[in-house]
Amino acid sequence: MTPLAGYLLVAALLFSIGLAGALTRRNAILVLIGIELMLNAANLNLIAFWRYGPHPEALTGMMFAIFSIAVAAAEAAVGLGLVISIHRHAQTADLDEMNRMKG
Amino acid sequence: MSVISYILAAITVGGGLAAVLLKNMVHCALAVSLAFAGLALLFLDLDAQFAGFVQILVYVGAVAILVVFAILLTRSSETPKDGGVFSPTWLAGLVVAAAVFAVIGWAVLNSVGGLSYETAVPAVTVQQIGQELMGRYVLPLEIVALLLTVATIGAVIVAMHEKEDAK
Repeated sequence: MTPLAGYLLVAALLFSIGLAGALTRRNAILVLIGIELMLNAANLNLIAFWRYGPHPEALTGMMFAIFSIAVAAAEAAVGLGLVISIHRHAQTADLDEMNRMKG
Repeated sequence: MSVISYILAAITVGGGLAAVLLKNMVHCALAVSLAFAGLALLFLDLDAQFAGFVQILVYVGAVAILVVFAILLTRSSETPKDGGVFSPTWLAGLVVAAAVFAVIGWAVLNSVGGLSYETAVPAVTVQQIGQELMGRYVLPLEIVALLLTVATIGAVIVAMHEKEDAK
């Protein structure tokens, strides 16, 4: 197994763990954590391809990962703000109980 | 991959698993911080020093704190009384995740052989990254700055206490 394949497999495992968390947990914050894990796995892919790609001095993979981290931070802030707002409205963070769009 | 890469990968995957499986939400937040830190160390292991330190600053420093605040503000550290922490359809989610892992793993193991360039360690300095950010990537940088401003204001407005609800 090449080093690149090893890192890609770790990223795939992390992505699957995040996906399982996002699909199976009932709490909205845990679903957001699962999504963050998936985004991080994608970043690991980008960095691994940058490191073992043909032109690491071009910095494209590294730049993509840095911008991806910035966008993920914005997503986390807005997502957690939404969870807090919904909790204030519905008095719960349980996704199974949030079954109405109208308050 | 060297021995240290395997150890870091085990820490990262273990942190992720614990974050998804644990019952107490605060423990989940701590476990996901561990996974983020392990990923930062993996970045350092891949000679991406700048990305590793950005990962520590943004994820371990900011996102983990945000998650802890959200958990405490929504009082979801108390375990729910009925039905546990997993949704009733957890088996379907597990099957989907396992299928996704199988497909990605199959694709990685069958296709990546011709792509692994055993290159020397790329000598990338922070100065080079800064010059690229201020040169070729200046427009994306400005857009990210705008996005972060909008996201900050949006998050504050969405989570702000509404006065008419207080009565």
